[in-house]
This record gives sequence, structure tokens and C-alpha cells, in this order.
Amino acid sequence: MKKRWLSVLRTPVGLSAGLLLFVVLALAVVAPLLWSGRADHVDTNVMLEGASARHWVGTDDLGRDLFFRVLVATRLSIQLALVATLIAVVVGLALGTLPALVGPRLGRFAVAVVNVAVAFPGLLLALFFAVIFGVGAHGAVLAIGLASAPSFARLTQTLVAGVISLDYVAAARSAGIGRFRVLLRHVLPNIAEPLVVNATIGAGGSLLAFAGLSFLGLGVQAPQYDWGRLLGDGLASIYVSPAAALAPGVAVVVAGLAFNLFGEAVAKGFGLTTQLGRLPEAPSAPADVPELDTEHVLDVQSLSVTLPGGLRPVRDVSLRIRRGEAVGVVGESGSGKSLTALAIAQLIEEPVQVTASRLRFRGTDLLTGSHRRLLGTSLAMVFQDPMTAFNPVRRIGAQLAEGAREHDGLTRKAAYARAVDRLRSVRIREPERRAGQYPHEFSGGMRQRALIGMGMMGKPALIIADEPTTALDVTVQAQILQLLQEIRLADEVALLLISHDVTVVRAICDRVLVMYAGRIVEDVSSLDRARHPYTRALVAAVPTMETSLDEPLAVIPGRMPDLADVSVGCAFAARCPLADDHCRQVEPSLETSPDGSRVACWHANDLALTTRGS
Amino acid sequence: MATLEAMPVLDNPWIRFAARRLGRIVVSVWVLITAAFLMIHLVPGDPVRSVLGPTATAEVVAAKRDALGLNDPLGMQYIHYLQGVLSGDLGMALTSNLPVSQVIGQRLPTTATIAVLAFLLAIAVAIPLGVFMGVLTRGGRARRAELTFTSTSVVLGAIPEFLLAVGLVYVFGVSLGWLPVAGRSGPASYVLPVVALAIGPAAVLTRIVRVQMVSVLSADYVRTARAKRLRSAAVYFKHALPNTLTATLTLGGLLLSVMVAGTVLVENVFAWPGLGTTMISSILARDYPVVQAIVLVYGVGVLLVNLVVDVALAVLDPRSAIRES
Repeated sequence: MKKRWLSVLRTPVGLSAGLLLFVVLALAVVAPLLWSGRADHVDTNVMLEGASARHWVGTDDLGRDLFFRVLVATRLSIQLALVATLIAVVVGLALGTLPALVGPRLGRFAVAVVNVAVAFPGLLLALFFAVIFGVGAHGAVLAIGLASAPSFARLTQTLVAGVISLDYVAAARSAGIGRFRVLLRHVLPNIAEPLVVNATIGAGGSLLAFAGLSFLGLGVQAPQYDWGRLLGDGLASIYVSPAAALAPGVAVVVAGLAFNLFGEAVAKGFGLTTQLGRLPEAPSAPADVPELDTEHVLDVQSLSVTLPGGLRPVRDVSLRIRRGEAVGVVGESGSGKSLTALAIAQLIEEPVQVTASRLRFRGTDLLTGSHRRLLGTSLAMVFQDPMTAFNPVRRIGAQLAEGAREHDGLTRKAAYARAVDRLRSVRIREPERRAGQYPHEFSGGMRQRALIGMGMMGKPALIIADEPTTALDVTVQAQILQLLQEIRLADEVALLLISHDVTVVRAICDRVLVMYAGRIVEDVSSLDRARHPYTRALVAAVPTMETSLDEPLAVIPGRMPDLADVSVGCAFAARCPLADDHCRQVEPSLETSPDGSRVACWHANDLALTTRGS
Repeated sequence: MATLEAMPVLDNPWIRFAARRLGRIVVSVWVLITAAFLMIHLVPGDPVRSVLGPTATAEVVAAKRDALGLNDPLGMQYIHYLQGVLSGDLGMALTSNLPVSQVIGQRLPTTATIAVLAFLLAIAVAIPLGVFMGVLTRGGRARRAELTFTSTSVVLGAIPEFLLAVGLVYVFGVSLGWLPVAGRSGPASYVLPVVALAIGPAAVLTRIVRVQMVSVLSADYVRTARAKRLRSAAVYFKHALPNTLTATLTLGGLLLSVMVAGTVLVENVFAWPGLGTTMISSILARDYPVVQAIVLVYGVGVLLVNLVVDVALAVLDPRSAIRES
């Protein structure tokens, strides 16, 4: 608890707000003791003078020094604001805890009263109460206190409702402890912190409100004076002596901000998060660059993704995809699959950095220039979560059509007709009606099909599908995969399918890339021919019809190293049954075999390896 | 008794929504009128005596009380007051002997004008600026710009409008002498009151639009829109902005009702001949019928703003209305 307050003071905002608040409070205590005499000293020779060396802020109509009057007024201003806040907190607590104390029926009445009251701005309530309690400091304190009470009551109600349903409070209640005791012993201590923070902010608000009432002549009355009063008097003579109005105004703003900012800083500080650890730049191994050939739709060499701070979730990824080829990317969460896909699609934005020695799509270099039309028509993206991939406030048909209007220059009508046609081709029934609907009227499977249809609006040469079936149930999964397969075969469209599901990739893809800790560790045409121990472990972890139900399911022991922990050696070494000292010290590079497969493992040729039961 | 199921009309969420809102506003207006009625009875001392002053004879006071109906039983007075308010008769002003409704009729338009102008100005500044800042600072970009913007807007939003008004008077009236600082004369006289009212809400609203934009820009559907390779402007204004409107509107309504109240103070800084100045001078002169009526007008204004916002939200985001009922 103490630590957290200290940590608030360690932030720049918290520290400056805290210091400011301390100065204001100290002035409130000492200013009247030190300077009352000078503030009340009448000097009829210098009435209503502007700022001068003797009177920094000028003098009022009785020749009293306004600089000292502003300082001395600190006490009354702060005092009144604090008393008003106290009234607000006490009344607010009483109103807010009432529902928990008196049972549902009266409680509902209390909630209703608070609801009606919070609908009106505090200033209006304050004016209303100021009329009732009469003009003057006492009336104004009561008015501001009561006017701010409803928002405290609302806060208390919310907080109490949150705490009272907690298990231990329910236990205390069922143990027969009275409502009042439960409130005092269990509920109030738990809501004290946010209440104190809000009271601090509220004190700033009361201070400003009080200045307002006094300025209007409804608050502090002569011969007493607070900042609002001084401001009101000063405004009348603003042409003669502007400082007379500005000085108390500045005082009000500074003091109000001190309370406000300190409260906000405390509120923010109690929910602090830590920052990611920094890591020195990992050396990038230059990959051998094969010659370009036109049969490839996509050609990526040495692609890396770097986060601000230097972490590299994707390192040195090279891959090529032929026309019509289906390539799968498998790996655990956090292995860099999705980032690789987004980087290829040029959908990663600053401050995350994408670098590559080559990134060619249909023969065009994507690393230089903008290729909106090419990417907009030839590259289709299918994302993981169909529930969130569509804009909730726009109709499906319009969302499909806008790409065609943008890139193919179609009229609104023609683009819409094409959208309906594509919805039909992804087998959405009644496409005319469906195109006019909003995303929330579609089921998950239908949305995913519509998203694929959106990709078909142009003439795609490559579909990048990032976990397209993960969010769907099994029967719908099969339909979506079949649809992707049909599209691919019909038009020789290449597919880059990202999945953590080995079975899905195995069913569709001609070739599989295996990613681990940001790198490709294996590139193989069939998972049965996998040589990397990680790939084998992945395959072994998939249960088949022959898997014995008595034995526990195979798992890969350990977990993928954290991004910040990748240091030297093979990233998989810690979990690998074959790892030796060499593996732990030198990272194996991705070597190409004569059959065209690639693997990054020192023990790739050790065919006797086994991963199970080790 | 008919249950909800037996009445197909009530199955329609829109009708239930309208019924709820209507019920709420009727209750609120009733509370408001009752509070205004009670106000005159809760003030310390005899309101008639305090307005006529200590020199008035007892007979004059009694006659005035009789004329105002203050000697009737309380219940009777309440019924008369309700009837009066509902038929537009707000009584006579004690100081000027004009019908209160006439006073309101003169002053309300000037107040409403600056409130509406200020609100439009705040919106016109907040939405483009908020979108711009949101785009600039999305995904943790341009941290320094974000810090500068946030601290500036926090400070501007925290300074009450009457203090901003004093500052504006000093800068543009006293120092530069560009604009009139008191009264209502030509179009130029509107500038300072409207700007003073608009600055705070504009700062708060811009901040909300920025925060909303930043969160919407990281949404999946924005990535989808980008995957379609639309122009950036289309992504920001067609896909992102509409999704920030719910929060913006909710807060905008709140700010508008605060702004209605803020006119009271700002009018007094600029000696603006509106409801606010009339209210304060009437409070100080103890002209309670006028104060009562102005409290009512402000209250109804706030309720209307809330109603309009609720309906607009329901139209924009039908799910919210249905969820509630």
C-alpha cells in the first residue's frame, strides 16, 4: 500500500502534482499567519492601482495589496472546498450504501433518486441548493456539497455492488453478521481506495465550483474573501488592472489542477504495468539468395520483423510459393506464423519494422513503392476471427464492393452486383438479401465464407489464410477448407495456410513450413518425412484412430522460449531429447537437401532419433 | 390483467424502448417541477417580506402573499402551480411586475444561441482533430506528440469555462482590443462567449475521439479494410470513425448539458443578456418566481439533451436499445 503511493510519487506527473498540492496546502496553513496584516492594510493613497514594484498584482478599491490577498485567500478557498467535499462524500456514502443496508425496495428508491440527480450538471444543482440555503459562504458550502453528493453516491453504489457479491462477503452475510457490520468491516475497507482517489479529484472540482459561486456573488460575502470573490471584484476593473482578475484566476486553476492531477496520477499509478525487457540486436545471418524465376507467385528472402525495443519475433524467414501451390505454416502460438503472414501482405505498420533482402509478389518488388492495386486485386487475406473481421456498422455487401470500386473503378451498382455474385460463389444462400445485412446477422461460418468472397472480388493469385478455421466448429471447418481447396484448384490460386493444427495442414497442403521461435526450422513436402525433432514431436502429439486411450496423450515437454530469452544455440535445444552442447552453443542454419527440403538441425540426419518417452 | 406476452405491441423492442424513455422523462419532469415548487417554500424567511424589504407594512406583505396564493394550503398551492406550469403560466416577476414567461421568452433565445454555437464549434474542432491525433498516435506511435496533446487537453478540459472566459477577455479584449468583451451587440460579440464555452468540451471530446480512434484502428475489421488496400482516408473515415461515434455521442451529450449550465457563469463574465445573468440577478434580488422558472427551463433543457442523445444512440446502435429492454 505504502509502496504504491511511493511509486505514484516516482512518476513525473505524480511528483509534480504532489509537490504542487503540497505547496497549495502549505500556503493555506501559513499564508494567513504571515501576511494577514499586509493583506488587510488599507491605504487610500493607492486605490485601484495596477501592478507595480510595490504591489505586484496591484491594489483593490481600498488600496489593499492584492498579491497578499490572493495568498491569504488560499486558506478560506481550500477550507471551503474541503468541507464541501466532506459533505459530498458523507452524503454520497450514505445514499450509495443505502441499497445494501435497507433491502431492495427502499434501495431501489435510493438508486432512482441518485439516477435523477446525476442527470443534471453539478452547477445547476449547486445553484438550486444555493437558492434554498441562502446567499453566503455557509449556504454555498452546503450547496456544493449536496450538488456533488449524487456522483459520489453513484460511485459508491457501483463499488459496493461489486464487492458485496464477492465470496467472502457473501460468506460473512450467510454467517448471520448484520448488514451494517458487513458494510463496515468488509465492504468499506475494500472500496476506500477508489473513494479517496475520487474525493481528491472531487476536492479540485469543489474548489472550482466554489470559485464560480463566489464569483457570481452567491458565495463568500465581504469582508471575507476567497479567490472567487477576488476574481469577481477584479473583473470589474480588468481594464485598469488586469492582474487583479488574472492572479486569483491563476490561483484557482493551479490549485484545482493540483488536486485533479494528483488524484488522476494516483488512480493511474495503482494500475501500473511493466515494460518489455530490451535485448541487443540479434545478428542476422545472410541467407543464400537463389535466382528469381517467374513460376513463383511469392518469393521471400531473409524476412525479419523487429519490434520497437529490438525484439525480433520473426527472424530470417525465406520461402517461395509456386502458382497454385498450397503451402502450410505450422507452429505453436508465438512462433511468428501470423506476423510472417502479415509482413508478407505488407499489413504491418510502424513502429514495427519489416526487413527483407527480397519480397516479390507476382514478380513485383514489394519492398519499394506502393502497390495498392496489385495487392488489392491479386492478394486475398482470410483472417482468423470472422466475428471481428467485418466492420460492425456497415453492410456486408458494401464492405465487399468497396474494394472493387477502389481498384477496378466499378460503379456502385456494378461492384454491388459483383459482391452478390461472389457471395453466391462462396455458397451463401439468398445472396441478394444477405448482401444487405449487417455482420451480426451472419453466423460465424457465413462470415468466414463472406470474407473469402471478399478476397475473390479481384482476381487473386495468392490467398493468405491465417488460422481461417480456428474460431469455427468442426463441421464448418471442413466446409471452409473445402471451399478454399475448390477455389485453389479452379483458378490455380496459390494458398499460404497458417495453422497450429497439423491435421488441417496435412489434409490440404503440398508442402509444410514449420516455425519455431520466429524461424523456419523445417520445410518438407510431407510431414511423414520430417527430420527435425520438433516437427516429429508435433506430429507425434496428434492423436490418431490408433492412439491408445489408456496412455496419456503425447506432449512436447517444456515450452517455447520467451522472445526475450532467445540467445545462442538452437532455440529448441532446451526441449529436445537429442540436444548436446554443440546444439546449445551454435544455432543450426536452414540447410537445403538435394530433394529440395530444408531443415535446421544438427541431428537432422540422425535417423534413429526418437522423441517419445524421452 | 394482460401480461407482456399477451400484448404483441410490447414485444417490439423499439416500442418498449420508447415507453421506457417516455416514462423516465415524465418522472424527471415531475421531480423537477416539484423541486422548483418546493424551492420557494424552503428558502429561509418569508420570500415576500425579503423582496419588499423591512419597511413594507404588514398589510402590504399580507396582501402580496394573498395575491401570490401563498396563504392557501400547501397542497392547493402545489396543484395551482402544476396547472400554471403546464399551461405556460409561470406567475409574475416580483421586481419588474412582468409575466415570468415573458422574461423567459426574451432571454432564452440569446442563451440558447451561444450554447448551440459553442456545441457546434466543439464538435467541428473535436472530430477532425481527434481523428488526426488518433491516426498519428495509433499503436503507440509519436509518443511525444501524444503526451503533449494529452497534457494540453487535460489542462484545458479542467479549467472551468468562466476562468477561460476571464483569460479570453484579458487577451482579446484588454490586450489586443480585437473583440468586445461585454454585452450583445454585433456578431463579433458572440465570439468570446462561444469560444469560452467551447474550449473545455472541445478538449475533452477530442481526447475521447482520439482514444476511440486508437482502439478502433487496432480492430480486426480495420486490418480487413487495409487488406483491401483502400486509401487511408477511406479506412479512417469510412471504417474507423463510425465506430467511434457511440462513445463520442454519449460524452457529447453529457458535455452539452454541462455546457447549458456553464452558460450561467460565462454570461455573467460577458454581461450577456441571457437566462444566466437574469437568474443570478434574480437570486440576489430574491425574485423567486423568476428563479423558479429559470431553474425549470435549465432542467428541461438538460432533460431534452439527454433524450435526444438517447434516441440518437439507439438509432446508431440498435443493439444498445434492445439490450437494455
